[in-house]
Amino acid sequence: MAVTPEPYDTIECDVLVVGAGGAGMRAAIAAAEAGCSVTVVTKSLLGKAHTVMAEGGIAAGIGNLDPEDGWEVHFADTMLGGQLVNNWRMVELYAHEVIDRVLELERWGGIFDRTDDGLIMQRAFGAHSWRRLAHVGDRTGLELIRTCQDKMVHTAGVDVCMEYTLTRLLKSGDRVCGAFGYNRNTGRFVAFKAGAVVLASGGWGRMYRYTSNSWECSGDGAAMAYQAGADLLDMEFVQFHPTGMIWPPGARGILVTEAVRGEGGLLFNAEGSRFMLDYDPVKKELSSRDVVARSIYKEVQAGRGTPHGGAYLDVRHLGADYVKRKLPSMYEQFHALASVDITSQPMEVGPTIHYTMGGVRVDAETAATTVPGLYAAGEAAGGLHGANRLGGNSLGDILVFGRRAGDAAAAFAKTEGGTRVIDDAQIAAEQAELLQPLGGDAGSAAAGENPYKLHEDLQLAMQDDAGIGRSEESLQRALAAILELRERSTRIRVSGGRVLNPGWHTCRDVTNMLVISEAIVRGALERRESRGSQWRFDHLEQEQEFGKVNFVTRRGDDGMHVVSVPNKPLPDRLRPLLERSRFYDPAKLPKGYLTETAPAGGTTRKQQ
Amino acid sequence: MAVADQPTPSVESPVENALTASGLTGETLTLRVLKGVPGGEPEEATYQVPVVAGMVVLDAVHYVQHNLDTDLACRWNCKAAKCGSCSAEVNGHPVLLCKTRVDDLPAGPVTLHPLKSFPLIKDLVTDVSRNYEVNREIPPFTAAPDDGTPWRIPQQDIDRLYEFRKCIECFLCQDVCHILRSHDYSDRFYGPRFFVRVASLEMHPKDVLDRRDQTRDQGGLGYCNITKCCTEVCPEHIHITDNALIPMKERMVDRYFDPITRLGRAIRRKR
Repeated sequence: MAVTPEPYDTIECDVLVVGAGGAGMRAAIAAAEAGCSVTVVTKSLLGKAHTVMAEGGIAAGIGNLDPEDGWEVHFADTMLGGQLVNNWRMVELYAHEVIDRVLELERWGGIFDRTDDGLIMQRAFGAHSWRRLAHVGDRTGLELIRTCQDKMVHTAGVDVCMEYTLTRLLKSGDRVCGAFGYNRNTGRFVAFKAGAVVLASGGWGRMYRYTSNSWECSGDGAAMAYQAGADLLDMEFVQFHPTGMIWPPGARGILVTEAVRGEGGLLFNAEGSRFMLDYDPVKKELSSRDVVARSIYKEVQAGRGTPHGGAYLDVRHLGADYVKRKLPSMYEQFHALASVDITSQPMEVGPTIHYTMGGVRVDAETAATTVPGLYAAGEAAGGLHGANRLGGNSLGDILVFGRRAGDAAAAFAKTEGGTRVIDDAQIAAEQAELLQPLGGDAGSAAAGENPYKLHEDLQLAMQDDAGIGRSEESLQRALAAILELRERSTRIRVSGGRVLNPGWHTCRDVTNMLVISEAIVRGALERRESRGSQWRFDHLEQEQEFGKVNFVTRRGDDGMHVVSVPNKPLPDRLRPLLERSRFYDPAKLPKGYLTETAPAGGTTRKQQ
Repeated sequence: MAVADQPTPSVESPVENALTASGLTGETLTLRVLKGVPGGEPEEATYQVPVVAGMVVLDAVHYVQHNLDTDLACRWNCKAAKCGSCSAEVNGHPVLLCKTRVDDLPAGPVTLHPLKSFPLIKDLVTDVSRNYEVNREIPPFTAAPDDGTPWRIPQQDIDRLYEFRKCIECFLCQDVCHILRSHDYSDRFYGPRFFVRVASLEMHPKDVLDRRDQTRDQGGLGYCNITKCCTEVCPEHIHITDNALIPMKERMVDRYFDPITRLGRAIRRKR
């Protein structure tokens, strides 16, 4: 094998941040303010990351409208929503610090809707005890990203590389010392030498057919971390958002914000029945996302679906003026894409893949992964949300843990990240792998496998067999499909050169998605129970033993391993806080440590 | 009826199968895409795309990439008109590809060209980096250091700013503005997007900087002769001309040409 690589550009910095969504930008600001030189690498243009798709708001227990709220209640709601398999220390830090992060955003020029007293307005959201989401209309994610973007580009020490793809973490011994990739527009290779690396590369909804995620969400960061030897956590937990558009076909999967229900929107089946009253009489439409998504699914299965196979979401009773003021982008979206006026017609909605709770396993305080020099924050990291994420907790997550990752990476870069030696053998091997698909002839039968077709086949396998409901049988089918696709991917070929060639770019996206899909399926096979987003048709109950473990995926010499690791029981100081949630019910506690000696609720709980 | 008591659905009938409707209309769209790289002579490539109900032009581009030409370059991200990545010119009009319905276009072939005002990278993708340089030149939001907590801001102020903050930086207004498109004054003229940006800072009740000198001298707002082309193409329906450009021009007038202000400035200078 050639050990002399093709010439490549080299960029050196103290901290390399992978991804320019909210988590990446917040990490970059923190690391630069700590005195480090920072390079942010993004696959897209700045300001286009998936953060813009978050619409509803940032959950923070400020209590501007409901004085009963506070970080303690937010902690309790998040733990209960995650079915108590969350990393409780992450949740504690998060619920504490997100309040400051919201106020900080305002100090950076971000705007929020106001109360009558001129304070930050907060709206109700699924499974939050009180009105908690700081928001501006239904474009809070855009506001967050634009605010962080303007703050970051005016922070000394931050450079941004737009439209670069990173494909491999470079290691020096056990430590990560940079990353390798290419400029998407020129195809030129580039190595980033860094004292520490922060993965803020987002989630991986793209391996499903119907998703609210953009092309970017292919799980590059988690796949690179896995290849570099880092642990992945909770990969089986993939969130279906209950309300995505279902018609027209091209719009299928596009998100319909939970703010629609937060502002009072109601769900009906085709018979006009408000079915959420039956599935969750307490929280109704504002039940947690896993429950609402399953309820819509069950209605459709029972033959009560709308013409295109979903449910009706209705805001007509709120009045046209209110809808246009509080949900302007939803009004526009349905008007433009579906020719539906939501002030006079109901929306047709159904579940869509939205978020991945699992991710790179991190330390709560520092966001450090299990590989020295490598940090992860935001959707790329796992642990905060447990088995199900509450709406509004992702925008807070990226700010709180983006900052923590940036701080910790800066500290590491200054102390242990001094030597940054790049191993040309690693680079030569990576170059060979990247160049392998080029030189195909699209027109000939011997062209090899089309990366887009592999992607489509993967999406169908994951959607049908590792989707909202799973079983041993379906998951084994999905696994077989993934392994077959992996074999086909060795023959992947594309035409054209290296200058902005989307077919070529898709090749690595697909191989990354295959790795992550395998982790999802293997995790889902191990978790033989239903909990949060994981709904097993062959194991409908929640099990005590699985409430006491998380599943960790790691790379072994002979392939992928999934092992169970015990999660730490809630400490005595946090345990009483659970009762602060308005939805706390001792008879319905998620099964795990807390239900072992509980006198009440002895019957096994079925998933709603 | 207790809906929750319904039997649990089985895996054998995945709901997706029942839901998946192809939506094919039986019609075919002829797409003519200008393909090329800098230095070469761009050529229109013609593709035939089966039309699906409610199809947007970006769907047609994806069909081409997946089935006919994997090498066709097109920038896109959210496909929900929220990120502003997929800007291009359809039948000569600057639009977001993800928001342009095929059934809203006149019958016949559809032409697809890259944004004209920016340097070409490849096919439908242009180099918009100048916009990011301009943004860096605009001083960031700056609040008074001693401003107390928490801030109290009336909703009316937020409503006014919200219109400007809706901008998704698709740069269609920059593309269509004749100061940039015909005169190529990108070195002395910020362009509509960034006057909206300045207006959002200037009108923020907590921002303390006076941005008028810079907007006139470096931004070149005076070149704008309010033809409203920018407003017409804005996919977020921001009233760029009426609510950002004209008010900023008025603030400029107040500063530089108001007789009383000029007298006051003359007196101050004499001291």
